Amino acid sequence: MSRLLVCPPDFFGIEYEINPWMRRTNRVDHGRAVRQWHELMRVLGKDVGVVLEHMTPIPGLPDLVFTANAGIVVGRTAVVSRFRYPERQPEEAHFEEWFRKQGYDVVTIEQELYFEGAGDLLGFSEYWFGGYRQRSDIRVFPILSERFHREIIPLDLVDSRFYHLDTCLCSLSGGELLYFPAAFDRYGQAAIAERIPDKLRLAVPEDEALQFACNAVCVGKHVVLPTGCPTTQAWLRMRGYETHQVQLDEFMKSGGSAKCLTLALD
Amino acid sequence: MNHYQERVYLQGHIIDSLVLAKVLDLILMMGGTFDLEDVHIGKTREEPSHARIRIQTASRTLLDDILNAIQPHGASIEREADCRTDCAPTDGVLPDDFYATTHLPTQIRLNGRWLDVGRIEMDLAIVVHEAGSVAQAVPMSEVRCGDQIVIGREGVRVIPLQRPRERDVFGFMESQVSAERPHAHIIADVATRMRQMKERHRERQSDSHVLLAGGPAIIHAGGREALTWLIEQGFIHILFCGNALAAHDMEADLFGTSLGYGLTAGRAVPHGHEHHLRTINRIRAIGGIEAAVTSGMIKQGIMAACVRQGVPVVMSGTIRDDGPLPGVITDSVLAQRAMRALIPGVGLALLVASTLHSVATGNLLPATVPTVCVDVNPSVPTKLADRGSFQAVGLVMDAASFQSELARLLGKST
Repeated sequence: MSRLLVCPPDFFGIEYEINPWMRRTNRVDHGRAVRQWHELMRVLGKDVGVVLEHMTPIPGLPDLVFTANAGIVVGRTAVVSRFRYPERQPEEAHFEEWFRKQGYDVVTIEQELYFEGAGDLLGFSEYWFGGYRQRSDIRVFPILSERFHREIIPLDLVDSRFYHLDTCLCSLSGGELLYFPAAFDRYGQAAIAERIPDKLRLAVPEDEALQFACNAVCVGKHVVLPTGCPTTQAWLRMRGYETHQVQLDEFMKSGGSAKCLTLALD
Repeated sequence: MNHYQERVYLQGHIIDSLVLAKVLDLILMMGGTFDLEDVHIGKTREEPSHARIRIQTASRTLLDDILNAIQPHGASIEREADCRTDCAPTDGVLPDDFYATTHLPTQIRLNGRWLDVGRIEMDLAIVVHEAGSVAQAVPMSEVRCGDQIVIGREGVRVIPLQRPRERDVFGFMESQVSAERPHAHIIADVATRMRQMKERHRERQSDSHVLLAGGPAIIHAGGREALTWLIEQGFIHILFCGNALAAHDMEADLFGTSLGYGLTAGRAVPHGHEHHLRTINRIRAIGGIEAAVTSGMIKQGIMAACVRQGVPVVMSGTIRDDGPLPGVITDSVLAQRAMRALIPGVGLALLVASTLHSVATGNLLPATVPTVCVDVNPSVPTKLADRGSFQAVGLVMDAASFQSELARLLGKST
């Protein structure tokens, strides 16, 4: 059974601005955010049937709720993130401690290279895509590739609204891909097209990309995605997926949605 | 004129992702030029690629602008770094991220200068001795607590093989194996090398030893006489084998049989299956092979020739051995050590009719040693190549024909 790491939004809010979505003036309705998060948990736990592992929220770390950026987990190994912005760097120690307490072999990136976990590294069983430039450093991918014997295709993220790869690209269990082409340059678009045939690829329309349609959680034949993405949802159903929409607009104020709020553990 | 230049290095999955193409486009679009000095494209999708790019520009400012633009795509200015070392935590255990060697010539960078790694061999670690003045490949089992072991890949470089001066079969460095390929020219090239080696050996030049690692099929198939002659004539200087080759060689001398088959009559003789046991028993009784030869009990054959010529023999035991003969090393780590001790100075290796001894010897040989692997079963040279001994030339033929043809080319009258 799939397990996801999540962190309750007790201290979630907008206390700094490190991406174009964040505006301190755009206050989070805390009660609403908590209700949206619990609804997401209900869908994941009950409807999709995943096991949810909870982290303890920490005062002063509003983005700890976005566990996709904790690191990546491969088997019993966890690579802990190294955040680009000082605002999120204090999260590293908490994520590391959680992995250690759970008995993972914890790997830290030795060099001074930024790496923002599953936010920037995702893909299929044989190969992964790695988003770079906005947050993660491209030089981290050869290190991870050698460690996990997996091909990693780096993709330059060229639109600051799509600052993590998981905001504009989502790999699905059946080999399909959701992505927003304009978030990549022509080299990245060509590299993606080279790997994934047309019929397995949905170029998400811009209005849905801006609703973070690509920030979806795929577990088996279930896909959990934010509301307001009818084209994406219809395509997913046509491909045989059961879709679950969750209202997550309070988290969009911070530039995150369903996928950002979870980390696949195994 | 482009006077300003810098060399950058790009690695990872840079081909399919078009990162290399993007970096080269950026250099050109910004007004620079480049030379691709070294491009290695991963053979599988998993294997990363790398490229070394020399960028030239007309101004220092433009060069800096280009370097700034390509740096986010992973292009790093190449600066040589010293290798890193760590202490072996205990006897027989390497630091976790030890550098695992290839059998190609290897250098490490220490205190700003490149140092050759001695006794290179595949799948070993590198130990640094004497305050960083000596580096040597070391097997895991030989490591001692506190030894300084090279870790990571930084400051380690592997030097590709140069094509040898000789334009013979070894110059192609390919190990394609086929029973359908003609054998004559390969054996002729081996013979030429052996003639040169004999001369060099006589003049006590370096790397002039010819090593033969062989199995008992040499005796069974009728190659004993030819191999004996090659040893007596000074063409072979080291022998690696097991209990069986030695036992059947001396069985042939004492009883005229090999595993009970009459070598001349070509059929099983009554109670012949006991001959090799009786042979081993007699050698054990007299105290060893050398004593058997010097006393005159064993008069002719491969072992007799080795004793008379002073050819060192390493006999490695296996789990199915009878006896074994005195001198057979039954601890495989000790056997490997004894074989390894004789590898320096080897200039040509013949691996004949033995999977076990061929692969074991192949593992110990540097890629610079011309090697030929002869077996009637194509899977043996294939296995050898698959395990990394890419320099070995494969020859699919029976051991006796190979030995006889080699001896004939080297002057043995038939």
